[in-house]
Amino acid sequence: MIRFDRVSKRYPPTMDALSALSFEIAEGEMVTISGHSGAGKSTLLRLIAAIEKPTAGTVLVAGQNIGSLSRAALPFLRRRLGLVLQDQKLLFDRSVFDNVMLPLSITGFPPKEATQRVRAALDKVGLSAREKALPIALSGGEQQRLAIARAVVSRPSLLLADEPTAHLDADTAKDVVRIFHEFHRAGVTVLIATYDTPIFPDARNLRLNHGQLIPT
Amino acid sequence: MKIWRHQHSQALLAALRRLSKAPLITLLSFLAIGVALALPTGGQLLLENVRQLLNSTSATPQISIFMKTSARREASDAVRAKLKNHPNVAKSQFLPRETTLARMKTNTGLREVVEALPDNPFPDAVIVTALDDSPIALESLAKEFRQWPDVAHVQLDSAWVKRLEAFLRLGRDAMGLLSALLAAGLIAITFTITRMQTLTHRAEIEVSQLLGATAGFIRRPFLYFGALLGLGGGITAWLLVAAATFWLQVPLGDLLQLYDISFVLQPLQLYDTAILLSASTALGWLGALLSLGQHLHHPNA
Repeated sequence: MIRFDRVSKRYPPTMDALSALSFEIAEGEMVTISGHSGAGKSTLLRLIAAIEKPTAGTVLVAGQNIGSLSRAALPFLRRRLGLVLQDQKLLFDRSVFDNVMLPLSITGFPPKEATQRVRAALDKVGLSAREKALPIALSGGEQQRLAIARAVVSRPSLLLADEPTAHLDADTAKDVVRIFHEFHRAGVTVLIATYDTPIFPDARNLRLNHGQLIPT
Repeated sequence: MKIWRHQHSQALLAALRRLSKAPLITLLSFLAIGVALALPTGGQLLLENVRQLLNSTSATPQISIFMKTSARREASDAVRAKLKNHPNVAKSQFLPRETTLARMKTNTGLREVVEALPDNPFPDAVIVTALDDSPIALESLAKEFRQWPDVAHVQLDSAWVKRLEAFLRLGRDAMGLLSALLAAGLIAITFTITRMQTLTHRAEIEVSQLLGATAGFIRRPFLYFGALLGLGGGITAWLLVAAATFWLQVPLGDLLQLYDISFVLQPLQLYDTAILLSASTALGWLGALLSLGQHLHHPNA
C-alpha cells in the first residue's frame, strides 16, 4: 500500500526532517509511527498525503509515485485517503453534519445517499446527537471524533492520523483508539503517528529518531 | 448529469450565501459596477435615440438655388435647362415665385404681412438633389451654382445632417473606447472582491484541497460569485439608465419642442438590455477567473 524508498526530506536550508528512509506497509496493516517531537512523524504523513514532496527518493502510495504526481491527479489520490491532521482543520462556520458532508460534496455523491453516509459516520464516532451543533460547541474529544468521521465518511482504503489522541483524557483517548481498531478490522490500512504507542498494542511500530528509522 | 447539476446549484447557493453575508459590501459593489456600466449604456442609449431622430428627418441633402428677385423668368428657365443636363444632378424641382407666395398666404400668421407688401418678396427657386451627396461634392456643386448669372443665393440644405452623422460616428467610437475601459474597470472590481473572498475562505479552500477537491470544484462558487456581482452591477446600471431616462424625458421633450422636433426618448431596448446583462455577467466571471488564477495555487497543492 505504501512504500518508501530511500526517502529524504530537507527543509531549506539544512533541516533534514527525514533521511534515506525505506520501509513498506502492506494493505490492511495497522502501523504506528513513534518518536520524539521533531523526529519526522508528521513529515512522513504529509509525504504520504502528498501535502509535500520528497527531496530525494520515491514515495509510492497505492502504486502512485507522489513525487511525480501531476496537479490534476492529486485530488483523486487524496480522495482515497482519510486524513486526521494534528490541527483538525474543521470548518467552524458550518455544522457538524456539514463538516462531514464536505468530502462527499467534493466527490459528487448523490445527495440522498450522502446524507445516509454522513449519519452512519457520525453514529460510528458517537456524534449522532450533535449533528446540528457547530464545531466550536464541541469538546476536544468530540472535535477529534468529528475529524475522524470526516476522514472516514468516503470509506477510504487508507487512514492517516497525526497524534489523534493528543490532548485527550485517558477515557476519550480509549474511545478514539477503539474507533481506529474498528476501521482496521473492516480492512482499512491505518497509519497513526503517536507519542503514545502503548495505547495501540496490536499495531506494528515504526520508530523514528532524527529522521531515521530505529531498527526493532 | 444529475450530480453535475447538483454540484452547480450547490456552488450557486454558496455564492448567493456569500453575497448576502455582507449585504453592504455587496450593494456597494453593485453600485460601483452599475455606475461604471451606466456611462457607456446611457451613451449608447443617447446615440441610438439621435440616430433614430436623424432617420426620421430627410437624410438626403439638397441644394436650394434662389434667383434674384429682379431676374426674369427666362433666367430661371436657363438655370433649369442647365440643371437638366448637368452630369452631377440627380433631379431638380422648380418652385415659381407665385407658387411660393400662394403657399405663404395660406399661413394665417404670414398672410397679413405678405399682403401688406407691394411686390412678391419671394424669388424663383430650384431645389436640387445631387447624385453624389458627400459634403465635398455638394460644396463644389453649390460653388458652381453661385457662379451662374442671376443666382442670388445658394443654400446647402440638410448638410448639417451629414455633419451630425460624422459626429455620431465619432460618438460611437468614443463610446466603444469608453466601454472597453470601463469593462476593464469591472474586471478589476470583481478581481479585487474575489481576491478578498478567497482570503476570507482560505480555511475552506485548504480543507477542500486536502479532501481531494479538484481546482474546478474550488473555483466554482467563486466564479458564480463573480458572475453574480457582474449581473447585479448590470441590473444596477439598467436601473440607473432607466431612472435617468425617466427624469430627462420631460425636460428634453420641452427643449426639442423649441426646435419644432417632437421627440420621445426611447428607453433601453430589449436587445441592448440583453447585451448589457450578459456582458456584465461574463466580465464579472472573467474577473473572478483571473483572480483565482492568481491566488488559488496553494503552494502545496
